[in-house]
Amino acid sequence: MPPGRPSRSVLLRLVHWGRPAVPRIVVGGLTALGASLLALAVPQVLRSVVNGPLLTDGSRTAVVEAAGLVLALGVLEAFLVWCRRTLILTPGTGVELTMRRDLFRHLLDLPVEFHDRWSGGQLLSRSMSDLSVIRRWMVFGLVMLCVSATTVVVGVGLMIATAPVLGLVYLAGAVPVVWLGFRFRQDYKVVARRARDQAGDLATTVEESVHGIRVLKAFGRGEDALGDFVRQADELRATEVAKARTQSRVTFALGAIPEAVLAVSLAVGVPLAAAGRVSVGALVAFFATAAIVNAPVERLGNLLAMTLDARAATERFVQVVDTVPTVRDPQAPVALPPRPAGGSLVELDGVHFAHPARGSGPVGEVLAGVDLRLEPGTTTALVGLTGSGKTTLLQLVPRLYDVTAGAVRVDGVDVRDLTRAQLRAAVSVAFEDPILFSASVRENVLLGTPADLPAEEAEDLLQGSLDVARAGFARDLPDGLATVIGEEGLSLSGGQRQRVALARAIAVRPRVLLLDDPLSALDVSTEAQVTARLREVLAGTTTLVVAHRPSTVALADRVAVLEDGRITGVGTHAELLATHAHYRYVLTAQEAVDDAARAADRRAQDTDVREDEERTADEAADEAADEWVETAR
Amino acid sequence: MTAPTTHGAPASPPSAGPPPADAASDEALEDPRVVRRRSLGLLGSLLRPVARPAWWTVALVVLAQLAAVAGPALVAYGIDSALPALADDGDARPLVVAAGVYLVLAVGGGLLSAQVVRASARVSQAVLLDLRGRLFRHTQRLSLEFHERYTSGRIISRQTSDTDALRELLDGGVTTLASSGLAMVLTATSLALLDWRSGLVLLVAVVPGVVLTRWFQLRSQRQYRLNRTAAARVIVRFVETMTGIRAVQAFRREEAAGHVYGAEAEVYRRTTADAIRVNGVFDTGLTLIGNVTVAGVLLVGGLRVLDDGLDVGVLVAAVLYARRFFQPLQQIGMFYNSFQSATAALEKLSALLAQEPSVPDPQHPVALREVRGDVRFRGVEFGYGDGPGVLPALDLHVPAGQSLALVGETGAGKSTVAKLLARFYDVRAGAVLLDGVDVRDVAPGDLRRAVVMVTQESYLFSGSVAANIALGRPGASRAQVEAAARAVGVHELVASLPDGYDTLVDKRGGRLSAGQRQLVAFARAFLADPAVLILDEATSSLDVPGEALVQRGLRTLLAGRTAVVIAHRLSTVMGSDRVLVVDGGRVVEDGAPADLATAGGRFAELYDDWQATLRTP
Repeated sequence: MPPGRPSRSVLLRLVHWGRPAVPRIVVGGLTALGASLLALAVPQVLRSVVNGPLLTDGSRTAVVEAAGLVLALGVLEAFLVWCRRTLILTPGTGVELTMRRDLFRHLLDLPVEFHDRWSGGQLLSRSMSDLSVIRRWMVFGLVMLCVSATTVVVGVGLMIATAPVLGLVYLAGAVPVVWLGFRFRQDYKVVARRARDQAGDLATTVEESVHGIRVLKAFGRGEDALGDFVRQADELRATEVAKARTQSRVTFALGAIPEAVLAVSLAVGVPLAAAGRVSVGALVAFFATAAIVNAPVERLGNLLAMTLDARAATERFVQVVDTVPTVRDPQAPVALPPRPAGGSLVELDGVHFAHPARGSGPVGEVLAGVDLRLEPGTTTALVGLTGSGKTTLLQLVPRLYDVTAGAVRVDGVDVRDLTRAQLRAAVSVAFEDPILFSASVRENVLLGTPADLPAEEAEDLLQGSLDVARAGFARDLPDGLATVIGEEGLSLSGGQRQRVALARAIAVRPRVLLLDDPLSALDVSTEAQVTARLREVLAGTTTLVVAHRPSTVALADRVAVLEDGRITGVGTHAELLATHAHYRYVLTAQEAVDDAARAADRRAQDTDVREDEERTADEAADEAADEWVETAR
Repeated sequence: MTAPTTHGAPASPPSAGPPPADAASDEALEDPRVVRRRSLGLLGSLLRPVARPAWWTVALVVLAQLAAVAGPALVAYGIDSALPALADDGDARPLVVAAGVYLVLAVGGGLLSAQVVRASARVSQAVLLDLRGRLFRHTQRLSLEFHERYTSGRIISRQTSDTDALRELLDGGVTTLASSGLAMVLTATSLALLDWRSGLVLLVAVVPGVVLTRWFQLRSQRQYRLNRTAAARVIVRFVETMTGIRAVQAFRREEAAGHVYGAEAEVYRRTTADAIRVNGVFDTGLTLIGNVTVAGVLLVGGLRVLDDGLDVGVLVAAVLYARRFFQPLQQIGMFYNSFQSATAALEKLSALLAQEPSVPDPQHPVALREVRGDVRFRGVEFGYGDGPGVLPALDLHVPAGQSLALVGETGAGKSTVAKLLARFYDVRAGAVLLDGVDVRDVAPGDLRRAVVMVTQESYLFSGSVAANIALGRPGASRAQVEAAARAVGVHELVASLPDGYDTLVDKRGGRLSAGQRQLVAFARAFLADPAVLILDEATSSLDVPGEALVQRGLRTLLAGRTAVVIAHRLSTVMGSDRVLVVDGGRVVEDGAPADLATAGGRFAELYDDWQATLRTP
């Protein structure tokens, strides 16, 4: 949480977005003031109309004229009410829209590292309910605060003018009110912020419970999840009730103190009047004004609470908007040299990467000095144990993350010297978890292609990519390639999604293609077919493919082994298999054996790989499983 | 996006329900009266449990209002009676009484107002807690079929922005209605007692008032419905984009996504502005009607004064009363506005709560304490939604303790078999029997204990690694959690994390690799210790050593247990007792893996392909 800055400065930040609406808010505020003054004036007019023309004149015309005057004033009041609404409330929604769009664009600009840390619910609650609170405050709370404060100041001024002693007594009442108001502000702003944060957390829990519905159902954990959720919702309830309790203190203060002061004024004023030091007329006028002033004073409590709620909301909004993206476009971007005929060169030079430290203690480096050269037009497989940082390494190329030290270069240019748009147009990724969007198959596949592509060319790309990725099934969907898939559309199986995502990566025709275990959800036969087609298509495209299986390695010209954050071997599959113990272990689960024995094994393995695999797993797994059975039973 | 997907859905699955643009109008197709009755019914059922504190709040409001009204009366008494008493008779008692009572009332009134704030928050928050719990419970009970259609964003919008709309009504509504209503009743009574003929003029105002209110009701209802739908669209878009932020950035869709979102947000803005405008007309109209009526009272009364039918003093009072009568009307208008907004939200909320789970809990649940794990599919037919059949008529017996592997092309119906067994869906015809009991009759808790499914999508919830593993068995000790982690070989990894088992996983388990997440999901299943374990492509992200380790662990775990394994990795399949090759929802090959591998059928082909890949590079 950011340190508590004075609320004025946080709320002042809203000027940036509210500026276009300021003139209308001011004019609207004035009409609001006019309307409320008019409302106060009407009874006086009524009185004088009745007492004046009606009593003195006694003609029908006078009666009709008087009624006409009252009617005119009434219509004017209604007109002012209407003006206030159209003047402020509607432009307020414009300010809200600008803030909402700005927040969204900023979130799109913030790097993946930011999104790793922030839960969806917290971001969503900022973009929806926080902004709506801010809008209401801006067009209603702020305006009414000004109107009420003005009314109070003018009223107290009048009271002092009418009966100075009594006015000062009334003013003295302001001292405890201000003190309590200050105390209230301190307490309330803390609890208001907590309530908004808890609401965001609750939204996160809802989001997770829906996204993880399969897991909850598979384990029948719906009731436990409900228990957790209700506990969390109950915490929010408790906070809201605590908030109300805090507010009730100021409600009491603003309700009781002015009235109590009037009681004192009565006790002081009547003897003064009896002694003739104050006229009875002044006494009456004093109390009449006080009755009018007390209403806005009482309203101040609510308005103050509203202001502090808006402050908490603004604080939360600004917290995100002020987050500076750690992955940014350079000041003076370099242009990527034209695409080399033989393909692009990608170099990773002493690359280090660590996730930003958070919580307790430093986090170890994921990549600790990776040197890797992807030769132009070749395909390199990246092999390593699960969690060794292969996916992370892949994501450094399109700058989804930035290196903590070292450099990644494409065609000799450091990726940090390129604009992200230029870099990402040249580099295309197929993620292991295929992320598809609620759009047609066509749009999903052509997601990364230029928008101004001629229709015919786009169609060719689409069809070609679908063929290569063996995603032809999409043509048989209910609406063919126009079928909407993704969350809001048709659900596809894991393998189907993976193939569409692969087609999407290929359709870009990038200089550099990054495939993160792209075939993991495919069955053996499909995988073989995709592999064969990919090898043809990838000719000339520099490709890095994360591989867990020998079958995926088959895509590659050579293999790089990632071990303990470094590249410990580069070579062909056969070479590495023969010479690199870790590689052998990763791809076959076989522990290191000496090379000669390995070669013999290799021949034997051809006929009975499975037994090899079984033999390998023993120690750890056996022990662990046995131990587990003991503990579990 | 990450969430709903049907693994192994048929190659051309039926449309999984209408897209939300249409789905949003689901409710619109229903009879509006039914919708309104249902949403008011929901409001009633939410308010009933808090009826007592709610009436107590109303009583507090009335008392506070009376205390407030007493102030001016005491001042009047002070000036009219206590002042002459003091000035003429030197008698200070009336003044002391007046000031003393006023002081007491001031403090008392303040206390009452403060109590109103607390009491109404308690009522409002109790209702919201109840509603949130109901929504959560209900969405958890709804079947996957529903979730695939409804989208997570819309559920989130129900739980957030729709709930907020109801909150606004609850927070201010009760007190506003009570105090304004009371004020109007008191004023009207006073006026009627003072001069009933002037009171009649007020009645004339009722006619345009009713017409205006009816107009507002219809217009605002439509407007707020649009507004709720628009809010849900914005939320859906937001959630989808943020969930897929990697792909958005990698494919440079920031601009396009911003445009789409901006357009949705603009629709939302417009519906909000329109709702405000409609309310503005209503508000202005009410003010106008009130003011015109006051002029009418003056005109009628003034003419009567001329005819000597009315005292001037009475006319002044009558006109002032008439004016005061209309003042709270704006407050009531505001209440009605938030009521309309809340009603639109309640329509959405009650429609969600009215969704019947397509996989209902049994009427007379059969308890299954000791499950052997005998699984039988008897003449099972199935299709998704109203779509074509996926399983034509499947008969299958898996004896207790057998491990069965399902093999076949994507969309052949393997996952469907698994999902029917786990009762994610219900069969169209036939029955799935567990130990001879139809799974539709098994007590839900017992079924979930007996049958556990691990899927390819290994979702991790935010929280510690230990909590994620313990999802398999709530209340498991740390030792049991660790043992399960050891069994799948993820212990060393977890131990190496900054806080070990207490390390918080990032959003969606971001910091763990896909393979590691899958191992954690496996540890969950180990801990759950079910009689029947279903693995649906659960090893796809594992590396070879990881898979070997898991398999070794599984062999221990599965000894004597029934297992249904779906995998395209033959290395996973070969360890099972029996293999079924499925095609188009039918079993085309059935036998021991070693036998089928040499039988010359489809499995043999797959086997050869697999062997080839092991040799290739």
